[in-house]
Amino acid sequence: MTITLYDFELSGNCYKLRLLMSILGLPYDIVPVDFFPGREHKADWFLRLNPFGQLPVLKDDDLVLSDSGAILAYLAKKYDASGQWFPDDPAITAEILRWHAVADDITATSSAARLALGYDYDFDIEKSQKGAHRIFRLIDEHLWFGEREGRDWLCAPSHPTTADIACFPYVMLSEEGGISRQDYPALRRWTDRVRRIPGFTVMSGIFPAGPAKVD
Amino acid sequence: MPNAPDPITRNLWHVVAATDELPLGLVETTLLLDTRLALTRGNDGEPVVWLRRDEEQGDEIDAGTIHDRLPVRTAYGYTWTCLGTPADDLFPIPEFAEPDRVNMSCGSIGIHVSAPRAVENFLDMGHFPYVHTDILGSEPHTEVKEYDVEVSEERDEVLATKCRFMQPRAAKSATTAMEVEYVYRVPHPFCSVLYKSCPEDESRRDVIGIFLQPMTEERCRAHLLQSMIDSTSTITDLRRFQQTIFGQDKPILENQYPKKLPLDPRAETPIRADKSAIAYRRWLSQKGITYGVIPQAS
Repeated sequence: MTITLYDFELSGNCYKLRLLMSILGLPYDIVPVDFFPGREHKADWFLRLNPFGQLPVLKDDDLVLSDSGAILAYLAKKYDASGQWFPDDPAITAEILRWHAVADDITATSSAARLALGYDYDFDIEKSQKGAHRIFRLIDEHLWFGEREGRDWLCAPSHPTTADIACFPYVMLSEEGGISRQDYPALRRWTDRVRRIPGFTVMSGIFPAGPAKVD
Repeated sequence: MPNAPDPITRNLWHVVAATDELPLGLVETTLLLDTRLALTRGNDGEPVVWLRRDEEQGDEIDAGTIHDRLPVRTAYGYTWTCLGTPADDLFPIPEFAEPDRVNMSCGSIGIHVSAPRAVENFLDMGHFPYVHTDILGSEPHTEVKEYDVEVSEERDEVLATKCRFMQPRAAKSATTAMEVEYVYRVPHPFCSVLYKSCPEDESRRDVIGIFLQPMTEERCRAHLLQSMIDSTSTITDLRRFQQTIFGQDKPILENQYPKKLPLDPRAETPIRADKSAIAYRRWLSQKGITYGVIPQAS
């Protein structure tokens, strides 16, 4: 098998796949796509791979896939021998897909604010920021109650799943969109836990966590 | 109401866009020194800049209908304008014209910090191992060795020379770690140009420019230029390398407080490695720059 990722370094959605592949120890090649300033994701050659003109695209031999959430599910189902990252259990599958949808909402708000402030995109900054705060508040509560029940991750299992990978990048990059995480302590503790998953890797703008406190 | 920019700042040429990225016949909007600007390019490809009225980003426009134009220059792939009375010349980067160089913009990226803070970060080598880990530095090679700084009277620019740093991956074209020599110029209060040893040709230097567009006193856009000796990498590869570095700097810069650069020598505690920053702050002070800085109490 040869996996090729069509990738832009500063894209949180591309990073989701680099992160899962790093955790799974999967080798892959990168084809850099000049998303900014070159807008190469709208070029003819790229639109033939993904007519929606969005990154990332992943090729596994001849199979061409797009949408970061869909690709996370594919990689986990195909290459995660432990079965932990995208479990087969129907209720858990539904739970994970629910959080993949939340991840897309985080992209539509937190990432939109970042693109508007940093990359000159014509998005409504204030509306995007408000939307992100609303989602962060909900996630913070979900995680806060989870911690009381001994649940460290977004979904029910006692280990992380692709739901955590999908939601992580644009939570971490929120400050570039002018969205502080100061008021969300449980959310911040969760980002530290994600950063301590064995095999974790960084992207530009996301730094490693400090060492965990040992009791 | 924002503070009016000091006259020095007002009369400078300021970068506002990568010329090739300005759409022909469509309006682009931006902010310079708290002033709303509109930009476009005519069918001849030449950029036109004017004070924005009710134009919106993406509006169709015929450049020929714009009569109240601001002064415009194109240089180093970028469009420059001035809100006051500009000098005849922009600072020189003679290397840019060398025929075998690969010249490229690497994107114009908004950052929530003053332009002088961004210049100062560009001059700093101390953060390489911590922020650009395994690219521009790595532990335990964290020492910033003694280097020279002078303010060239003749060219009116800050010059730091003999800067040396051990870098795991100094450029896209680097295949091994190398001790890299840097020369930094600050030829404009909001622009800096860096010359660093070129992995492909020992006798020459890669040139990286950072041109800051002060949007407000606490917000700017960084326009990045690379002028490289590299016969193998693609433009996409070279841009990716530079954006990776800049993406690492961005959150560090945006967390600096205060966002304006304090010019009082007692405001922040410098170390030996900050020699170039000290010279830069003093130079800004002597010029009378007050925009984007906290001036020294008189």
